[in-house]
Amino acid sequence: MTTATLASPSKSGASAKAAPVKYRKDRNINWWLTAAVAVLSLTILVPLYFTIVTALKTPAEAGTFALPTSWQWGNFADASAKVNYPKAALNSAIITVVAVVLTLLTNTFVAYAVARNMDKRFFRFLYYFFIAAMFVPFPVVMLPIAKQMGSLHLDNQLGLIILYTVLGLGTNLFIATGFIRSIPVSLEEAARIDGASTWRIFWTIIFPLMSPINATIAILTALWAWNDFLLPLIVLTDQSNQTIPLAQYVFSSQFATNYPMAFSSYLMAMAPILVVYIFAQKWVVGGVMRGAVK
Amino acid sequence: MSNATIGQPASRKAAKSAKRKVSTFSKRKVDPAYYWMAVPAAIIFAFFLYLPFLDGVKYSFTNSQGYGDYKFIGFKNYLALFQDNRVGHAYLFTLLIAIAITVLINVIALFLSVLLNSKIAFKNGFRAIFFVPYTLSVLVIGYVFKYIFMNPLPELGKALGIEWLSTSLLTSEQLSWIPIVFLAVWQGVAYSVLIYLAGLQTIDDEIYEAAALDGVNPWQKFWKITFPLIGPFFTINLVLSMKNALGTFDQVVALTDGGPNSATETVTYLIWKGGLTGGEYAYQTANAVLFFIVLAIIAFIQLRISRSQEQI
Repeated sequence: MTTATLASPSKSGASAKAAPVKYRKDRNINWWLTAAVAVLSLTILVPLYFTIVTALKTPAEAGTFALPTSWQWGNFADASAKVNYPKAALNSAIITVVAVVLTLLTNTFVAYAVARNMDKRFFRFLYYFFIAAMFVPFPVVMLPIAKQMGSLHLDNQLGLIILYTVLGLGTNLFIATGFIRSIPVSLEEAARIDGASTWRIFWTIIFPLMSPINATIAILTALWAWNDFLLPLIVLTDQSNQTIPLAQYVFSSQFATNYPMAFSSYLMAMAPILVVYIFAQKWVVGGVMRGAVK
Repeated sequence: MSNATIGQPASRKAAKSAKRKVSTFSKRKVDPAYYWMAVPAAIIFAFFLYLPFLDGVKYSFTNSQGYGDYKFIGFKNYLALFQDNRVGHAYLFTLLIAIAITVLINVIALFLSVLLNSKIAFKNGFRAIFFVPYTLSVLVIGYVFKYIFMNPLPELGKALGIEWLSTSLLTSEQLSWIPIVFLAVWQGVAYSVLIYLAGLQTIDDEIYEAAALDGVNPWQKFWKITFPLIGPFFTINLVLSMKNALGTFDQVVALTDGGPNSATETVTYLIWKGGLTGGEYAYQTANAVLFFIVLAIIAFIQLRISRSQEQI
């Protein structure tokens, strides 16, 4: 579907001659609407542009949308030293990567077990047991969770990784069960007759078949873990464990007057995910949309 | 045709209930491996989510500060909550901005997704651009907007001679909700647009072709065909954006820190502020339990409304 829409603008001209009139009319591009969408997209692009130009200015120049007169690349080094950016970026990267891998390796087989046994009372109960958590908003449990993580000495990266893996289970299960139930059971039965165990069937047959929905789960988990502020804020106690958003929060007051330096810090905080997104945008957008259609 | 597509979820539900009537739950034997897959996860899940929840309920009846000795004081925390103006204001503020955010997100996202699904050039490029806000940390982009609201915007207001804009919105008790709602909408529209687009792509083009033959105008086309067909996606979006908006937190921390004069404190902000830094651990866990009850009621109402809509 996506490739079809992508190809339409370039193809429509070439195939116009051969195609019936009605088809050509359908593929007409409305340039007025395109212009309207382009203008609307400025609401997204202008703040990003403002962040970039401000990050490269001197404090005296900041505050306008003009390009800087002299590009202050040194702002990045100063901001990086002040926020201890490499350390925070490493922390965020470790937490995000491990949380995503652990989520994929665990949440998927839970979803598989539940999806394949929904006709049993116990597994139906488990389904609602996990899904119900989606309706317990995090603020409701955040104080006791902060306390519990502290008393378990999990007020660190490991604790955050565990929480991302566990707290995402409800949503991931919800996304994955529908998909798993669309996989024909006959595929498994053939392997079962050959003597494969349920675990083996899962890892060799089901897990690879789940890759589209695994991509969705990975994208949503990665965006959550990388950008999350509330969980690190209440769980982490040691400053050296800070994630990128938490580091921005802790140091936000220190930039009081030097806005360009603050903005280079913000830009560095956004840059890793923006760069990944630019290269993977089709994949990310497709993955998120797949999560919505079940 | 349209009836067939709308009817799908309902017929699936009917099939499911029919199956259940034959035998409530099947009696076949389940491979123990399935239990090993699901039960440990359920225990860990309960340990990190339901146990803290119950722990919070317990502490809400004490005078604990989060550490040290405490004793049970019955419903005193709850009684105090109802007499606390700061708490009352936080609930009212949270509810009002949540409604504003939900309405704005859905109106804008519906409009944008129809635009993005129409015959425009660079479709995928625009779609990618409109999703960018969702990939950014709310806190960090919030700091960027804070500066925009503090400096360039008031100067613009002065230049244009607009009085309410010529001082920063963030410092006004009456208007500081605007930047918070703006930031939440700016970021939240991204996700809703994708869900609506996913919905719009499920609609068969032939329906529109048939409608075009009947001479349907664009307004009728949207309200009589498009909107009913993406109804389920509208419900999902409404529930999700409302849930997120009721938990508004990062936006407040980034933009106003609850000020000016506690005017922009949301319930989540108050629970965090009072509970973790203000020595009101037990009091704020009581607040969290109350918040849970309020949210459950809102969710119940939403469910009832969407159910009754589906029946029509």
